[in-house]
This record gives sequence, C-alpha cells and structure tokens, in this order.
Amino acid sequence: MNNYLKFGLLIVAIVGTLVWLAAGGISETKTYYKTIAEVNQMNRDSVDKRIRVGGDVAPNSIVREGREVRFTLAQDQLRLNVVYSGIDPLPDTFKDGAQALADGKLGPDGVFRATKIQAKCASKYEAKPTMAKPAA
Amino acid sequence: MENIGALAILLAFCFAVYAVLGSLIGKWASRPLLVVSAERAVYCIWALLTTAAGILIYSLIHGDFRLAYVWEHSNRSMPAIYKFASWWGGQEGSLLFWSWLLASYSSVVVFKNRRKFRDMMPYVTAILMATQTFFLILIAFVAKPFNVWQEGRLIVDLRDGNGLNPLLQYWTMVIHPPMLYLGYVGFVVPFAFAMGSLITKQPGEAWIKTTRRWTLVTWMFQTTGILLGAGWAYAVLGWGGYWGWDPVENASLLPWITATAFLHSVMMQEKKGMMKIWNVVLVSTTFFLCIFGTFLTRSGVVNSVHAFAQSSIGTYFVAFLAIGIAATVYLILSRLDFLKSESQLESVLSRESSFLFNNLILLASCFAVLWGTLFPVISEAVTGEKISVDAPFFNRVQIPIAMFLMLLTGVGPLIAWRKSSVESLKRAFLWPMTGGVTVAVALAALGVRNGYALVSFMLCTFVTVTVLLEFYKGASAIRSKTGSSLLISMVELTHRNTPRYGGYLVHMGIVLMFVGFTGKAFDKDTTVELTPGSTIQLGQYELHTFPVETAQNENYGSMSLPVEVFKNGHDLGTLVPEHRVYIASKQPTSEVAIRRRLNEDLYLNFAGMSADNQRAVLQAYVFPLVSWIWIGYWVVLIGTLVCLTPAKSRLVWPRTQVVEIADKHAKVDH
Repeated sequence: MNNYLKFGLLIVAIVGTLVWLAAGGISETKTYYKTIAEVNQMNRDSVDKRIRVGGDVAPNSIVREGREVRFTLAQDQLRLNVVYSGIDPLPDTFKDGAQALADGKLGPDGVFRATKIQAKCASKYEAKPTMAKPAA
Repeated sequence: MENIGALAILLAFCFAVYAVLGSLIGKWASRPLLVVSAERAVYCIWALLTTAAGILIYSLIHGDFRLAYVWEHSNRSMPAIYKFASWWGGQEGSLLFWSWLLASYSSVVVFKNRRKFRDMMPYVTAILMATQTFFLILIAFVAKPFNVWQEGRLIVDLRDGNGLNPLLQYWTMVIHPPMLYLGYVGFVVPFAFAMGSLITKQPGEAWIKTTRRWTLVTWMFQTTGILLGAGWAYAVLGWGGYWGWDPVENASLLPWITATAFLHSVMMQEKKGMMKIWNVVLVSTTFFLCIFGTFLTRSGVVNSVHAFAQSSIGTYFVAFLAIGIAATVYLILSRLDFLKSESQLESVLSRESSFLFNNLILLASCFAVLWGTLFPVISEAVTGEKISVDAPFFNRVQIPIAMFLMLLTGVGPLIAWRKSSVESLKRAFLWPMTGGVTVAVALAALGVRNGYALVSFMLCTFVTVTVLLEFYKGASAIRSKTGSSLLISMVELTHRNTPRYGGYLVHMGIVLMFVGFTGKAFDKDTTVELTPGSTIQLGQYELHTFPVETAQNENYGSMSLPVEVFKNGHDLGTLVPEHRVYIASKQPTSEVAIRRRLNEDLYLNFAGMSADNQRAVLQAYVFPLVSWIWIGYWVVLIGTLVCLTPAKSRLVWPRTQVVEIADKHAKVDH
C-alpha cells in the first residue's frame, strides 16, 4: 500500500503542476472573439483584454509606415481603425478586400493595436454555375 | 468517364457493406466460404477505388474542367506533378485518397494474415471494412469527387481551372499529405487487431507483435508527415516558423503522441504482461484521434489556416465517432477479466515506473493539446463567449512537459526492471549528470542566460551520454570476446537486439530535434523598407541589396531581390528571395531564400514593394540550430528502420521454426 501511496503522490504532484501551468497559460493568453460592433461599444476599462476581431480590409486603406501598418477593418457600415506593429510579416493573402482577423488590444484612443494578423483570400467562387451530380 | 468513377465508388461502397456482413455472418454461422468471399471483397474494393482514383487523376492531368473538383484544384499551366498532387488538394479528392489508402492497407493486412489468425481475422476484416464503409458513404453520397458543372440540364465545360493553392505548390507538399494520411489511415490496423483479439479473447502476445510492427511503420509515416509539414511551413510561409499550434497541426500531433505512448507501454506488456487494459485504450484512442483529426480539418468546427471549406460532413464524423467510441468502451469493459495484469509495480525506482510516468506525461501532453485546440468550442458552449488560446499557452505547458520527457528518456535505460537501489543509480547517473552539468555551466559561462535553453541543453547532453554509454558498454563486451574494432562491435550489438538499439537511435534523433527547437530561444530578426542598392546589418551579417528583377511565366509573375551577404567582412555569396503572384488565383506568395548551416540559418523574405512602389520590404532572420531538427528527423527515421529490421538474436525465433530449418538442411544433405 505504501508503494501505491508513493505513486499516487508523485502522480498528483505532476498532474497538479501541469494543471497549474495550464490554468496560468490560459488566463494569460486567452483571447476574446469580438465583432467590430462589440469593439466599438466597449468601454475604456476593458482595454487590457486581448481581443480577436474580424472583418474585411477596407479598399485602399492599407498604409505602411516603417514597421507599422495601418488599415481599416470593415463590416457592413461599421469601421475599425487598426495599427499593426507585430514582428511577423503580414501574410501574403492580406490585401484590399481580404477577410482578416486581427489579434491585439483596443487602445485608449479607439484605435485597435494588433500584434498578429491572419487573412483569407476573398472568396472568388461566388459566380459559379450550379452544381449537379453526374448522371450515373 | 466520370460516370464510371462515380459508379466504381458506389460499387466499392456496396462491397464494403458486404465485406462487413459477410465476415461477421460467416464467422457466426461457421461458413468459411462466406468469410473468404468477404476477404475477396476487400481486394475488389481496392481495384474499384484504384479505378476511381485513376479516372480522377487522368481528369486532373488532362484538365477535364467539366468536373467541379478538377476546376477548383487544377489548371492548365500547373506542372504535372502538382496536377497529380491535386488528387489530395481538396475535400472530395482527399477523402477518396483516404479510402484508397485504407483499401490498400486492408488488402495487405488480409493477404498477410488470412492464414495466421483464423479466429480473429473475420473481426479484423469487419472492423477495417466498417471504417471503409464510413468513408465510402462520404464520397459516394456527401462529398462526391465526380460532380460536373451544370447549367439547367446542360453540362458546362469551363475553359480553365482555378489552380492548386499556390502555397501548396512546393515539393514537400507533394509528399506531406500522403505521408500524414499513411499515418492516419495506418492506425486503423492496430485498432482492428486490438478489437479482434478482445472479441475473440486471444492471448495478447500474438496480436501485440503484429500490432507493434504496424504501429511502428505507421508512426514512422506520421513522424515523416509532421516533419515535412514543419519543413514546408519553414521554407514557404515566410515567417520562419515550423510549428504554430494551429488546430490542424495539433490534430496530426494528437495521435502521434498516443502512438508514441503505446510504443513504450507495449514493452511493459511484452516483457511483464502488465498494462494490458491501458494498451488497448491507447490503441483505440489513437484510432479515434485520427478520425477526430480528419473531422477537425474538414468540419469547420475550429478556425484554422488549413481548414477546408465549411461543410455538412461534420455530423457524419460525429456520428461515426460516437458509435465507435461507445462500442469500444463497451467491449473493453466486458473483457476486463481477460485483460488482468500478470505482475505488479514493485518500486518507484524501477524501469516499470519510468514507463508509467512516460505514459502519464505523454497523455497529459496530449490532453493539454486537445484542450487548447478545443478551448474556443468549449468556452463558447459554457460561457457563451468565444475565447481562444494561442501559441503562448501551448508553449507554456508543453515546454516543461517536453523537458520532463527528456529527463525520463535519459533515466529509462539506466534504471533496472523491478527495483533499483539508490547506490546503483548513483553509479549509473554519475557520467551522464556530470556531462549535462558541465555543458550547462560552460554555456552559462559563455553568456547564455535563457533558463529553459540551459536546462534543455543540459538534458540533451544527459540523454546523449546515457545512449553513448549504452552503446559503448555493449560494444566493449562484444569487442573483448571477438576482438573486432569498436565500430564493428557496435554494428554487431545493434544487429543482435535491433528493437533496443534502434530505439536508442530514435531517442538520439529526438535529442537532436530538441537541440534545434532550443535554438528558437536565440532568434534574431529585422524588417526594413529599403531602397534597392542599400545595405543593412543583422547580427554579424551585412546584407547588400541589388535592384529588383522581374520575370513572368505562364503560372506566375515574379519579382526578385538579389542580396549579397557578408559575414564579418567575408563575402558569402548572393541570396535571391522572390515574391510571386500566381496568375490563375491572383494570390501572392513569397519564395524565401535560406542559407542553411549547422550553426544557424540566414533567412530572407522579400515581402513585396512598399505602398508607393519605391522601396522593397525585406525581412531578415537568423535562426540558430534549426538544421538540427531536420538532421534529427533523419536519425529518427534510421532508428525506426533499425527497429523494424529483424534481430539476429536467436532467442526471438520460436523453437518450431528452428527445427524446420534443421529439417530442411537434413533433406538437402541427403
């Protein structure tokens, strides 16, 4: 029995450490998905939250200034100004009209400070003929 | 043509259903001919799916753009090899590929084992074919690869296709998916054997041997697939990373982790008759994680850069998983008696216990990855708010786990079965610990201040010394007997017990990979907008740029930025990073230029022109030690192949076979 106690204690110690690490990791790096509307309505005390916001890149809004890139995310009529200053290069798919996801925090001036950008090509399958199965 | 393809898939589906029913009913009603006919059905399915795949490949290569799949994933200007790779470039084709691989594996399994395990084989066939049926339902009725464009009742032939995603037009992407799929699909086989032996209450030893070899081969493919993916991300995506904890990457890692755990704990069953339940659970978990991984990639449940289009296919996967898991759990619970352990753990300081902790840690790692991957889904269900976790979460949990595993890798070979005395451990640990501490102190003295890196290098040295000592001790014993050189003795030693020394080689490969991963702690980077012709500095490198050159071919247009590289005043030649825009898809990609060396890679990415088109945007990185990841992979591969080589040791052969050989010789003598 003593043996099993030893094993039990070791296992509890290991699992406990990992759970502690995981819990800390989650609370430090969790990111909230928000829409542009939600971000615009956020009050100033939630500026410390890490947020991921998605939208389309407004045409002709991308401006490079040294290491910073400024652009506007659009969703219907809503707009959100974003400034990106992360270290990773912007993805190749990031261009006018692309769907983009920006990770970062909302600045006190209402400009979104992004540290990471993901982008998907705008869909080009819109005008496709209707599909049907082969006549087997 | 496409009608024949669709018909072949439909017929394959019927044959698969027949194979399941035939082998089960044949077994229950003791009709051996019915069982044999079910086995023949397996070969037929392979032939039918080969036909369907052949037609799809032919259409891809000849550009039959009436087919929706061909139009979406191929075009006229693509090189033939990528047209071929489009087979698995999209949802429908890759499901066909999955089914075809499963049919190939099943045929091999049935052919090789049809006489060996008479009792168990009908069940093995039935389980393989049940999985096959599921995938054939998908391609026969849900995601059909042979759909044609149609307007009203008229079939439309479009002029040119969309082309394979340019990011995938890279050589590793031609082999990466097949390797991963060979891994994913291969894990079905050990699962089928495990279940077959449970149903028929076979003694564990026979199936465990067959299964272990299968798992090892599959594990090798999976490792290759994951590493090729990492190599592709590094060389193509332009940010210099090889692993981003993306849900789809995680999906491929999950079964790999549980398979690794199985490969270790199976030794406990072979040697000591322990952990039988656990092994069945691991084999089943691996299989379901493979299906789950396929589901994650295709259902649109999680956001991922790899994701296929959102589709209704998810519900089918959920149903299959639910039924499969329920059946497996029931089966294991009803056979618990038969899975009783033959011996017990005796001491915390024993080889058994090191295996136990190895499994615990691997499972914890697997669970953490799964948790992180599904966190957005879980949090949305519980709190209504969609919250995700990112790479920092994974790194924070996985780095300590990896270090602990590394420690166990070193400890395992040093510690005795059953019970180790503290005295003998002190003796065994003396040199490895000394080596590890020396390296850590030396590095700290040289100015390395990153705590994780120091611990990692210490553990890497620790494991390396233990492995080298194992080889040295064994080889010295042989040398003193035979008098041959140390190198020849080492080869002889490895040949005598291939699973053991092959395993050590795999561990060495993993150590080398860890050296590569640790290099990440010392990355340097810079991003500049520069007028071509100017010079920038990064670490010891001086980068002198030349004017941008442009070129055009039928597949893409490109701009390239030649950069002459100097290090401490020495001219190291010119690197040419390139920026391409593919014509068919209008998608830009970067062709990075990498100067690979053992100590560090210089990595240049030409990210395009600035907004006013006057200056070039250049990203320059220095990645220390990255090459060791790829070298480590080759060592792992060689180690695995050594494991698979039959050992020379005579103990492995059952007595009957030795007698047979003796008989043959006797006959020849007459």
